[in-house]
Amino acid sequence: MQSPYDLMVILLVLLNFRLLGASQLGACVNTVAVQALLIGLLALLTPGVSWNWMTLMVVFVTLIKAVVLPALVRRAMRETGVVQEIEPFVGYTFSILIGTGMLVLSFLAVRPLQVPLDGAAQVLVPVTLFTMLTGLFLIVARRKAITQVLGFLTMENSIYLFGVAFAIQESWLVQTGVLLDVFAAVFVMGIMIHHINREFDNIDTDRLSNLRD
Amino acid sequence: MTAMFLSFFVLGAGALGTALAGRTRVGRIGPFAAVIGAASSAVACLQFLLKGAGWDLILPWHVPMGSFHIGMDALSALFVLLISLVGALGAIYGRGYLGHDPEKGRVAMSWCWYNLLVASMLLVAVARDGFLFLVAWEVMSLSSFFLVMFDHQKDEVVRAGWIYLVATHIGTAFLLVMFLLLGHDGGLDFARLSASGPVASVVFCAALIGFGTKAGFVPLHVWLPEAHPAAPSHVSALMSGVMIKTGIYGILRVLIFLGEPVSWWGWALVVIGVVSGVTGVLFALAQHDLKRLLAYHSVENIGIIALGLGIGLLGVTAGNPLMATLGFCGGLMHVINHGLFKSLLFLGAGSVLHATGSREMDHMGGLIKRMPVTGATFLVGAAAICALPPLNGFVSEFLIYSAGFTGMSSGTAVWSGLAAIAGLALIGGLALACFTKALGIVFLGEPRSEPAAEAQESPLSMQWPMMALAILCMAAGLAAPWMVRLVMPVAAQLAPAAVNLGAVAASQEMLFRISLASLILISLAGAVFWLRARLLRHRSVRESVTWDCGYAAPSVRMQYTSSSYAQPIVEMFGLVLRTRRELEPPEGLFPTKATLHTHTEDLFVRGAYGPAVRLISRMADRFRWLQQGRINLYILYIVITILLLFLVCLR
Repeated sequence: MQSPYDLMVILLVLLNFRLLGASQLGACVNTVAVQALLIGLLALLTPGVSWNWMTLMVVFVTLIKAVVLPALVRRAMRETGVVQEIEPFVGYTFSILIGTGMLVLSFLAVRPLQVPLDGAAQVLVPVTLFTMLTGLFLIVARRKAITQVLGFLTMENSIYLFGVAFAIQESWLVQTGVLLDVFAAVFVMGIMIHHINREFDNIDTDRLSNLRD
Repeated sequence: MTAMFLSFFVLGAGALGTALAGRTRVGRIGPFAAVIGAASSAVACLQFLLKGAGWDLILPWHVPMGSFHIGMDALSALFVLLISLVGALGAIYGRGYLGHDPEKGRVAMSWCWYNLLVASMLLVAVARDGFLFLVAWEVMSLSSFFLVMFDHQKDEVVRAGWIYLVATHIGTAFLLVMFLLLGHDGGLDFARLSASGPVASVVFCAALIGFGTKAGFVPLHVWLPEAHPAAPSHVSALMSGVMIKTGIYGILRVLIFLGEPVSWWGWALVVIGVVSGVTGVLFALAQHDLKRLLAYHSVENIGIIALGLGIGLLGVTAGNPLMATLGFCGGLMHVINHGLFKSLLFLGAGSVLHATGSREMDHMGGLIKRMPVTGATFLVGAAAICALPPLNGFVSEFLIYSAGFTGMSSGTAVWSGLAAIAGLALIGGLALACFTKALGIVFLGEPRSEPAAEAQESPLSMQWPMMALAILCMAAGLAAPWMVRLVMPVAAQLAPAAVNLGAVAASQEMLFRISLASLILISLAGAVFWLRARLLRHRSVRESVTWDCGYAAPSVRMQYTSSSYAQPIVEMFGLVLRTRRELEPPEGLFPTKATLHTHTEDLFVRGAYGPAVRLISRMADRFRWLQQGRINLYILYIVITILLLFLVCLR
């Protein structure tokens, strides 16, 4: 526990567990927003990043992910009048257990990679992987289309975090590209959710199985 | 070169424009772009044909295994010429044909695919890199698939579309294998493709299957009689007249890669040719659907082309230059000639369909009086496809005949020559029977249904392309000595050692005599008409009903039907055709009702493909449980796959 940097990484892990265990949609949205904020802060704290227009970029990106996108998701929730209960395929306790397994797997998986980093940043890579797996798990194991959007956002956060971990100079450039993607995706998903809701009076994705042949 | 690029640019822009533009203007943009694009590619190949200036161009292209390498030589020019000609005429015709379609959306998309199809066929003909070739090939297959699916509300059209899609992809799979076998050290540039020994034979087999599926060799032809009737008629014309020829182009290109041929390749082509030709024409004879009949005739004519090329190859291996030259030239000329008369016939069939709303021959009759232009041009096309002088079909088949006779008389290739002559003779006779049936039932006699009685001639934009093609058919027949000069360089490319000046001069001299005879025939016919007009000038001419001699009350049901006309021949070949008959014979002393339905299903569909498809779908059904209809699960599959790959990589 040497610095606020470590503290934030631990906080990230805890936030992932909150995502896995939360039973309310609103709480999930807030968690994703906080996660985005935290990752933005991490990016600013990374040693070797000088204060210039890139800082502005980071702030801008963080703002979009922590404020604009969650707001869009909340609006979709309001408009579709979705019930706050998450209705998981996999129970909350079990989800957290799986989360623990994923955390262990992430650390194990990173070990043979020989990451050329030292100190706190070395922990950052497995946490990145863990966040990505959490996002995927949310997409797979939750019923509502909104949680799938949230899972997608979590995965995006993890990609961003990966860039931060390696402090690649062009990562901001890549980042803006990814962000544009996510922005479009959330938009499309918002529209899709709206339409699914209108067609099926519901946004449970398992109702879509009526469409299979 | 510039003209070729201009052509690609215009066609691409046309495709994009029709896909994006408002629905009001596409009826004009689409055909306009196609005509301009085809015209500039025609300029590109005429530049080559007149000046002999071939070119070769490699552009930087960041694709692994490929380079953007295109070029123009005699073989490419021949096919580019055909593509541009039929592409442009089909577009003009299509404007009238689709002009009154109420669903503007699908017309717009149809023009988009049409432009793409023409562009991709041109690219297939000029590509000089395996990867580029396969990409163009695939675009060609897909755009023609979407064109076939024009009437996608109809079940039979969807069925036809799927059959076509499956067939064409099986073909592409073989082509992939073929290119992998031909390629060396990672590159697929045409200049470096080669194979020798047993590999060459494997490559040749893969090419026969892969390209043969597109060309329609029996027994790979099953998609033709399904897809051609389903597509709009100008598309059928383009597909049947031109697109299936890209299969022939591919085989020729591969023969150039492979160099010295082996004699069994020639035999394979001869056998395929005779079998395709005879089966094609027999099944054509048993059809009731006009466009289906024409589609089977495409199988027949592809067979004749293969026969010519096979005889040419055998001539090369037997060391008989005259036989090789005549065979190759006959086959290659038939490529052009079939492109002309088959598109003409499909356009004519489309005109009939447009006027009567039916493809069923038994609903038509007497149309030549109501649609004189369609009738006359169809007559020209029918005479050409039956290889009657003085039309173009005669010249190319004559060349193949004489190649066969040369092989027999010189004693170098007696059996193959005999097979070619016997096969061609049988095909020719049956084709004549088939087209007297098609022409007689559809255009002569009395109308058999209300729509046929009220049929009107098609709009001018549809008449012009038909007239142009009919004139071209006659011109190509008369200009045979010059036509042979067009295909001679290609034959020389195929067999540089065999095609020599002596052989060329011999064939040209023969063709001059034919052209002279044709000219005399045409002028005699003209003289007879002139005499008739002169004799009738000052007399009163009375027109009466079709049967007015001796019949008290002629009824349209007394006429031959398409089944009854073909019945003797269909019976004769019953073993192959296996026509199903549902007969309810007249009974009692005063019979009231009797019915007869005949139906001829494709031998290979029933015997081979049907069971195979059933087996595969039964096996595929076992994986049904994977498809639960839940997005979550599908993403889970992806996640599991990624994790497994990840673990494999880590290990």
